[in-house]
Amino acid sequence: MRFSEIKTHLSKFRVGIAGAGGLGSNCAVALARCGVGSLVIVDFDVIEEPNLNRQYYFTDQIGMMKTVALKENIARINHDVNVIIHQKKLDRINITEIFSDCNIIVEALDSAVMKEMLIETVQIKMPGIPVVVGSGMAGWGKTNDIISRKVDETLYVCGDEYSEVSDNLPPIAPRVAIVANMQANVVVELLMNTK
Amino acid sequence: MKILLNNREEEFMKESISVYEMLILKKFSFKMRIIKINGALISKEKYDTTIIYDGDDVQMLYLMSGG
Repeated sequence: MRFSEIKTHLSKFRVGIAGAGGLGSNCAVALARCGVGSLVIVDFDVIEEPNLNRQYYFTDQIGMMKTVALKENIARINHDVNVIIHQKKLDRINITEIFSDCNIIVEALDSAVMKEMLIETVQIKMPGIPVVVGSGMAGWGKTNDIISRKVDETLYVCGDEYSEVSDNLPPIAPRVAIVANMQANVVVELLMNTK
Repeated sequence: MKILLNNREEEFMKESISVYEMLILKKFSFKMRIIKINGALISKEKYDTTIIYDGDDVQMLYLMSGG
Protein backbone atom coordinates (compact mmCIF):
# COMPACT_ATOMS: atom_id res chain seq x y z
CA MET A 1 0.00 0.00 0.00
CA ARG A 2 1.30 3.46 -0.89
CA PHE A 3 1.84 6.05 1.81
CA SER A 4 -0.81 8.32 0.27
CA GLU A 5 -3.39 5.53 0.74
CA ILE A 6 -2.22 4.82 4.29
CA LYS A 7 -2.50 8.51 5.14
CA THR A 8 -5.98 8.76 3.64
CA HIS A 9 -7.13 5.78 5.67
CA LEU A 10 -5.58 7.03 8.94
CA SER A 11 -7.10 10.49 8.45
CA LYS A 12 -10.52 9.01 9.33
CA PHE A 13 -9.59 8.26 12.94
CA ARG A 14 -9.23 10.01 16.29
CA VAL A 15 -6.68 8.91 18.88
CA GLY A 16 -6.57 9.99 22.52
CA ILE A 17 -3.19 10.67 24.12
CA ALA A 18 -3.29 10.64 27.93
CA GLY A 19 -0.21 12.64 28.96
CA ALA A 20 2.16 14.78 26.90
CA GLY A 21 5.49 13.87 28.50
CA GLY A 22 8.13 11.54 27.08
CA LEU A 23 5.69 8.92 25.82
CA GLY A 24 2.83 11.21 24.81
CA SER A 25 4.83 13.87 22.96
CA ASN A 26 6.86 11.36 20.94
CA CYS A 27 3.87 9.11 20.23
CA ALA A 28 1.70 12.05 19.13
CA VAL A 29 4.40 13.29 16.75
CA ALA A 30 4.78 9.82 15.20
CA LEU A 31 1.01 9.55 14.71
CA ALA A 32 0.84 13.05 13.24
CA ARG A 33 3.59 12.20 10.74
CA CYS A 34 1.57 9.15 9.64
CA GLY A 35 -1.49 11.32 9.09
CA VAL A 36 -3.85 10.26 11.88
CA GLY A 37 -6.81 12.59 11.44
CA SER A 38 -7.30 13.86 14.92
CA LEU A 39 -5.47 13.71 18.24
CA VAL A 40 -6.95 14.49 21.65
CA ILE A 41 -4.03 15.40 23.90
CA VAL A 42 -4.42 15.82 27.66
CA ASP A 43 -1.81 17.16 30.10
CA PHE A 44 -1.73 19.68 32.96
CA ASP A 45 2.01 20.32 33.09
CA VAL A 46 4.43 23.01 31.95
CA ILE A 47 7.67 22.26 30.07
CA GLU A 48 10.78 22.36 32.26
CA GLU A 49 14.40 22.12 31.24
CA PRO A 50 14.94 18.50 32.50
CA ASN A 51 12.06 17.33 30.24
CA LEU A 52 14.17 18.03 27.16
CA ASN A 53 16.23 14.84 27.71
CA ARG A 54 13.35 12.89 26.17
CA GLN A 55 10.27 14.95 25.40
CA TYR A 56 9.46 16.41 21.99
CA TYR A 57 9.92 20.06 22.96
CA PHE A 58 12.51 22.78 22.39
CA THR A 59 14.48 25.13 24.62
CA ASP A 60 12.41 28.14 23.55
CA GLN A 61 9.27 26.34 24.76
CA ILE A 62 10.38 26.04 28.40
CA GLY A 63 7.59 27.44 30.59
CA MET A 64 4.84 26.74 28.05
CA MET A 65 1.98 24.33 28.67
CA LYS A 66 2.95 20.98 27.14
CA THR A 67 -0.38 20.68 25.33
CA VAL A 68 0.01 24.10 23.69
CA ALA A 69 3.64 23.47 22.69
CA LEU A 70 2.84 20.01 21.31
CA LYS A 71 -0.01 21.37 19.24
CA GLU A 72 2.39 23.99 17.86
CA ASN A 73 5.06 21.37 17.08
CA ILE A 74 2.57 19.06 15.36
CA ALA A 75 1.31 21.94 13.23
CA ARG A 76 4.89 22.47 12.04
CA ILE A 77 5.07 18.80 10.96
CA ASN A 78 1.59 18.17 9.52
CA HIS A 79 -1.04 20.89 9.64
CA ASP A 80 -3.75 18.50 8.40
CA VAL A 81 -3.93 16.93 11.86
CA ASN A 82 -6.76 18.24 14.00
CA VAL A 83 -5.18 18.58 17.47
CA ILE A 84 -7.63 18.99 20.35
CA ILE A 85 -5.99 19.88 23.66
CA HIS A 86 -7.20 19.71 27.24
CA GLN A 87 -5.22 21.28 30.09
CA LYS A 88 -6.54 18.98 32.77
CA LYS A 89 -5.55 16.28 35.17
CA LEU A 90 -7.34 13.10 34.14
CA ASP A 91 -9.63 11.45 36.67
CA ARG A 92 -12.23 8.67 36.74
CA ILE A 93 -14.98 11.13 35.82
CA ASN A 94 -13.49 13.26 33.03
CA ILE A 95 -11.74 10.43 31.10
CA THR A 96 -14.95 9.20 29.49
CA GLU A 97 -15.99 12.72 28.41
CA ILE A 98 -12.60 13.83 27.11
CA PHE A 99 -11.91 10.67 25.11
CA SER A 100 -15.54 9.93 24.16
CA ASP A 101 -15.05 10.02 20.38
CA CYS A 102 -11.63 8.34 20.29
CA ASN A 103 -11.03 5.09 18.42
CA ILE A 104 -8.02 4.20 20.58
CA ILE A 105 -6.43 5.65 23.73
CA VAL A 106 -2.68 5.82 24.31
CA GLU A 107 -1.71 5.64 27.97
CA ALA A 108 1.26 7.99 28.29
CA LEU A 109 1.05 8.97 31.96
CA ASP A 110 3.89 9.23 34.41
CA SER A 111 2.97 7.46 37.63
CA ALA A 112 1.91 3.83 37.92
CA VAL A 113 -1.06 4.93 40.04
CA MET A 114 -2.35 7.17 37.24
CA LYS A 115 -1.72 4.44 34.66
CA GLU A 116 -3.82 2.02 36.70
CA MET A 117 -6.61 4.60 37.09
CA LEU A 118 -6.74 5.30 33.35
CA ILE A 119 -6.65 1.64 32.31
CA GLU A 120 -9.34 0.65 34.84
CA THR A 121 -11.59 3.53 33.81
CA VAL A 122 -11.33 2.92 30.07
CA GLN A 123 -11.65 -0.86 30.36
CA ILE A 124 -14.69 -0.67 32.63
CA LYS A 125 -16.48 2.45 31.37
CA MET A 126 -15.51 2.45 27.69
CA PRO A 127 -15.76 -1.21 26.69
CA GLY A 128 -14.36 -2.02 23.28
CA ILE A 129 -11.98 0.95 23.13
CA PRO A 130 -8.39 -0.35 23.00
CA VAL A 131 -5.83 1.10 25.43
CA VAL A 132 -2.16 1.03 24.46
CA VAL A 133 -0.10 1.14 27.65
CA GLY A 134 3.56 2.13 28.11
CA SER A 135 5.19 0.35 31.05
CA GLY A 136 8.90 -0.07 31.82
CA MET A 137 11.26 2.22 29.92
CA ALA A 138 13.64 3.71 32.49
CA GLY A 139 17.41 3.69 31.98
CA TRP A 140 19.38 2.71 28.91
CA GLY A 141 20.40 -0.37 26.92
CA LYS A 142 18.51 -3.69 27.14
CA THR A 143 16.81 -2.81 23.87
CA ASN A 144 15.60 -6.32 23.27
CA ASP A 145 13.81 -6.50 26.63
CA ILE A 146 11.38 -3.92 25.29
CA ILE A 147 8.45 -5.59 23.61
CA SER A 148 4.91 -4.84 22.59
CA ARG A 149 2.35 -7.45 23.50
CA LYS A 150 -1.35 -7.92 23.13
CA VAL A 151 -3.09 -8.83 26.38
CA ASP A 152 -6.43 -9.04 24.57
CA GLU A 153 -8.43 -7.18 21.91
CA THR A 154 -8.69 -4.03 24.05
CA LEU A 155 -5.39 -4.02 25.94
CA TYR A 156 -1.85 -3.72 24.59
CA VAL A 157 1.37 -3.01 26.46
CA CYS A 158 4.72 -1.68 25.24
CA GLY A 159 7.84 -1.68 27.41
CA ASP A 160 9.89 -4.12 29.47
CA GLU A 161 7.35 -4.18 32.35
CA TYR A 162 10.15 -4.06 34.96
CA SER A 163 12.27 -0.88 34.67
CA GLU A 164 10.86 1.60 37.14
CA VAL A 165 12.01 5.22 37.07
CA SER A 166 14.17 6.29 40.04
CA ASP A 167 16.92 8.85 40.78
CA ASN A 168 19.54 6.39 39.55
CA LEU A 169 17.47 5.07 36.68
CA PRO A 170 16.02 8.11 34.97
CA PRO A 171 13.94 8.04 31.84
CA ILE A 172 16.08 9.19 28.90
CA ALA A 173 15.45 9.69 25.21
CA PRO A 174 16.32 6.36 23.54
CA ARG A 175 14.26 3.90 25.58
CA VAL A 176 11.38 6.33 26.13
CA ALA A 177 11.17 7.14 22.42
CA ILE A 178 11.39 3.43 21.52
CA VAL A 179 8.37 2.69 23.73
CA ALA A 180 6.49 5.79 22.50
CA ASN A 181 7.05 4.79 18.89
CA MET A 182 6.07 1.20 19.65
CA GLN A 183 2.80 2.53 21.05
CA ALA A 184 2.32 4.57 17.86
CA ASN A 185 3.09 1.46 15.83
CA VAL A 186 0.43 -0.56 17.68
CA VAL A 187 -2.06 2.27 17.08
CA VAL A 188 -1.27 2.39 13.35
CA GLU A 189 -1.57 -1.40 13.11
CA LEU A 190 -4.96 -1.39 14.85
CA LEU A 191 -6.26 1.49 12.72
CA MET A 192 -5.03 -0.08 9.49
CA ASN A 193 -7.10 -3.13 10.44
CA THR A 194 -10.16 -0.98 11.15
CA LYS A 195 -12.62 -0.28 8.32
CA MET B 1 -6.56 -26.89 39.19
CA LYS B 2 -4.88 -25.62 36.09
CA ILE B 3 -5.15 -22.07 34.81
CA LEU B 4 -3.55 -20.02 32.08
CA LEU B 5 -1.41 -17.25 33.52
CA ASN B 6 -0.15 -14.92 30.78
CA ASN B 7 -0.67 -17.72 28.28
CA ARG B 8 1.34 -20.24 30.31
CA GLU B 9 -0.20 -23.16 32.13
CA GLU B 10 0.04 -22.96 35.93
CA GLU B 11 -1.04 -25.59 38.38
CA PHE B 12 -2.27 -24.98 41.94
CA MET B 13 -2.97 -27.70 44.51
CA LYS B 14 -6.44 -26.32 45.21
CA GLU B 15 -9.80 -26.32 43.47
CA SER B 16 -10.05 -22.56 43.45
CA ILE B 17 -8.10 -19.60 44.82
CA SER B 18 -8.72 -15.89 45.24
CA VAL B 19 -6.70 -13.45 43.20
CA TYR B 20 -5.00 -12.35 46.42
CA GLU B 21 -4.01 -15.96 47.24
CA MET B 22 -2.58 -16.41 43.77
CA LEU B 23 -0.40 -13.31 44.19
CA ILE B 24 0.93 -14.69 47.50
CA LEU B 25 1.46 -18.24 46.16
CA LYS B 26 3.31 -16.97 43.12
CA LYS B 27 5.32 -14.53 45.30
CA PHE B 28 4.52 -11.66 42.95
CA SER B 29 6.28 -8.62 44.34
CA PHE B 30 5.38 -5.68 42.11
CA LYS B 31 2.77 -3.47 43.65
CA MET B 32 1.03 -1.99 40.64
CA ARG B 33 -0.61 -4.32 38.18
CA ILE B 34 -3.63 -4.89 36.02
CA ILE B 35 -5.29 -8.29 36.29
CA LYS B 36 -7.90 -9.62 33.90
CA ILE B 37 -9.72 -12.91 34.28
CA ASN B 38 -11.37 -14.28 31.13
CA GLY B 39 -11.22 -10.77 29.68
CA ALA B 40 -12.77 -8.95 32.65
CA LEU B 41 -10.69 -6.44 34.57
CA ILE B 42 -10.49 -7.10 38.32
CA SER B 43 -10.03 -3.93 40.36
CA LYS B 44 -7.67 -4.03 43.33
CA GLU B 45 -10.46 -3.87 45.92
CA LYS B 46 -11.80 -7.16 44.56
CA TYR B 47 -8.59 -9.24 44.78
CA ASP B 48 -9.85 -10.83 48.03
CA THR B 49 -13.30 -11.69 46.82
CA THR B 50 -12.61 -12.68 43.20
CA ILE B 51 -12.12 -16.42 42.81
CA ILE B 52 -10.04 -18.07 40.09
CA TYR B 53 -11.34 -21.45 38.93
CA ASP B 54 -9.93 -24.32 36.92
CA GLY B 55 -9.51 -23.39 33.27
CA ASP B 56 -9.57 -19.62 33.82
CA ASP B 57 -7.50 -17.36 31.60
CA VAL B 58 -5.62 -14.92 33.83
CA GLN B 59 -3.74 -12.04 32.26
CA MET B 60 -1.43 -9.82 34.25
CA LEU B 61 0.34 -6.65 33.25
CA TYR B 62 2.89 -4.81 35.39
CA LEU B 63 2.71 -1.04 35.70
CA MET B 64 6.02 0.78 36.12
CA SER B 65 6.22 4.50 36.76
CA GLY B 66 7.74 6.57 33.98
CA GLY B 67 6.49 8.25 30.91
